[in-house]
Amino acid sequence: MADVMSKSGTEPAEFVFDAESEALIAVILAKYPAERKASGTLPLLDVAQRQMARLTGSAWVPRVAMDVIAARLDVAAIRVYEVATFYFMYNTKPVGTYHLQICTTTPCWLRGSDEVVAACKKHTGIKHFGETSEDGMFTMTEVECLGACVNAPILQINDDFYEDVDGASTESLLAALRRGEKPKAGSVIGRQTSAPEGGPNTLLDTPSFQAGE
Amino acid sequence: MLHDRDRIYTNLYGLQDWRLAAAQKRGDWDNTAAIIALGRDHIVEEMKASGMRGRGGAGFPTGLKWSFMPKASDGRPSYLVINADESEPGTCKDRDIIRHDPHKLIESALIASFAMGANAAYIYIRGEFYNESVVLNAAIAEAYAAGLLGKNAAGSGWDFDLYVHRGAGAYICGEETAMLESLEGKKGMPRMKPPFPAAVGLYGCPTTVNNVESIAGVSTIMRRGAAWFSALGRPKNSGTKLFCVSGHVNKPCNVEEELGIPLRELIDRYCGGVRGGWDNLLAVIPGGSSVPMLPKSICDDVLMDFDSLREAGSGLGTAAVIVMDKSTDLIKAIARLSQFYKHESCGQCTPCREGTGWMMRMMNRLVKGDADIAEIDTLYQVTKQVEGHTICALGDAAAWPIQGLLRHFRPLVEERILSYRGRLVSGANLATAAE
Repeated sequence: MADVMSKSGTEPAEFVFDAESEALIAVILAKYPAERKASGTLPLLDVAQRQMARLTGSAWVPRVAMDVIAARLDVAAIRVYEVATFYFMYNTKPVGTYHLQICTTTPCWLRGSDEVVAACKKHTGIKHFGETSEDGMFTMTEVECLGACVNAPILQINDDFYEDVDGASTESLLAALRRGEKPKAGSVIGRQTSAPEGGPNTLLDTPSFQAGE
Repeated sequence: MLHDRDRIYTNLYGLQDWRLAAAQKRGDWDNTAAIIALGRDHIVEEMKASGMRGRGGAGFPTGLKWSFMPKASDGRPSYLVINADESEPGTCKDRDIIRHDPHKLIESALIASFAMGANAAYIYIRGEFYNESVVLNAAIAEAYAAGLLGKNAAGSGWDFDLYVHRGAGAYICGEETAMLESLEGKKGMPRMKPPFPAAVGLYGCPTTVNNVESIAGVSTIMRRGAAWFSALGRPKNSGTKLFCVSGHVNKPCNVEEELGIPLRELIDRYCGGVRGGWDNLLAVIPGGSSVPMLPKSICDDVLMDFDSLREAGSGLGTAAVIVMDKSTDLIKAIARLSQFYKHESCGQCTPCREGTGWMMRMMNRLVKGDADIAEIDTLYQVTKQVEGHTICALGDAAAWPIQGLLRHFRPLVEERILSYRGRLVSGANLATAAE
């Protein structure tokens, strides 16, 4: 498969779910009543996109994959096309190895998301949202609220949220990715998740225990 | 001030492990069968008596909602759908429940589903919460392995299956009927009501849709009693609530507190105060982006609960508090929200599809000041024509932030326009002088 799926943006000639995807699909379809297979539309599009990322390095859903999903779920192809284009997370054209999804909605904007956008542009050479860097490594997308607002601004890279970022930390994140490292997701300033900076001021009486103790 | 002993979410920040063994040490899954043995009617009555109002934004009484479900099946199964599509700008509380306290949600889902006669429930989680869905799926797998889910769940005699369904990036799917459409594999376009989901919901079957926080509190309420919960907070606004405080505070954070806590105390006690001090406060959006902003004069003493905020001309919404200090360009802050609603409109109803784009373009002109003073009134009228004229509340949500801006900060907008025109005029004079 990998040879026919290129990052060039050309549609692959065919799409076949591989064994890893088939295992996921079996779990997914068991969740819904047998006569309601169409419920698998969103999850199967996600499975297809992840397979593309795995095999080609670019997370997107080609149209042939939508056709395969439609046949598998016994729905008209148009039903899958309209879902794939309605939901923002399905990429209908190839993206870079690292998909930089920058939240610029008001809570992130108030905390400096403009700096994050500027840092991404500077580091990748990308000029506008929706574009991919010349080396195919980064695609930059403006996204709406990611739901982690007390850790704003948020930069989502592929599946991971990087939180409390600013211009400088964004640049070092991207530099680390370029070196082939995988920076730890979460707050880049070392905050304990959504607790206030410096440590929680509630839940101080509760014992801190981990599994196995 | 809420004591730690009265907090529901004792692992809010993830200081402890989320897995089953640690959750059981926190009290989850402790003789769940005994709660279920109380019977369906008893649980619904207890939830009604607790005064729990929906934590997803609308504030509808949770127990009452459950009571709309059919008492006996007509052959169709009943479903519980748990709304974890958390996408309202400012809101990030359900994420913490799911990644740090998933067993509280899972156990409560079992109790709630039993109380509404459902043998299956779906948790619809927003697609971007991928890592959170991994934790949730792992917690559910642990629960199955321990006999807490599945046939005779937790030894209760009730069969119960719980499934996770991931969304794919659409704010509108947080609207309950859009969520059902999405679960059925379609575009997330809200349905006309009636029929309400309790009569015709998922797959045409009786369905209740509840927010994560509304469900996750159920196990604690059933253990400690309705009287405990209703003694917290204020009359008709009872219990604890997760607040998400973002924006211009020194230490943004999530925190669980009693409903009715003064906004100023919430910010000063837990968030290190407003950046630059309380007097540097300009305005607050108190309940997620969909509710109108409040100027400092109201923030000084407003209480954070459903009814107090409604009286103040705003709303509690999801209790996501967005704080803006005096450095904020309020017009731009609201224009960015207009862009959000334009992006997220599903396009089904004309007033919303066309109105959100029109309002965004108008707001973007107002950011520069490139408008006539009279257009402020036109904008206000358009918000009134969108509000209340759409199938779902997204139209209202797009209208209210603009109405809040014009209600409290109209002089700011006028000043922006006058200053833009002043620059045009002086620019013209310079051009004339140069000739």
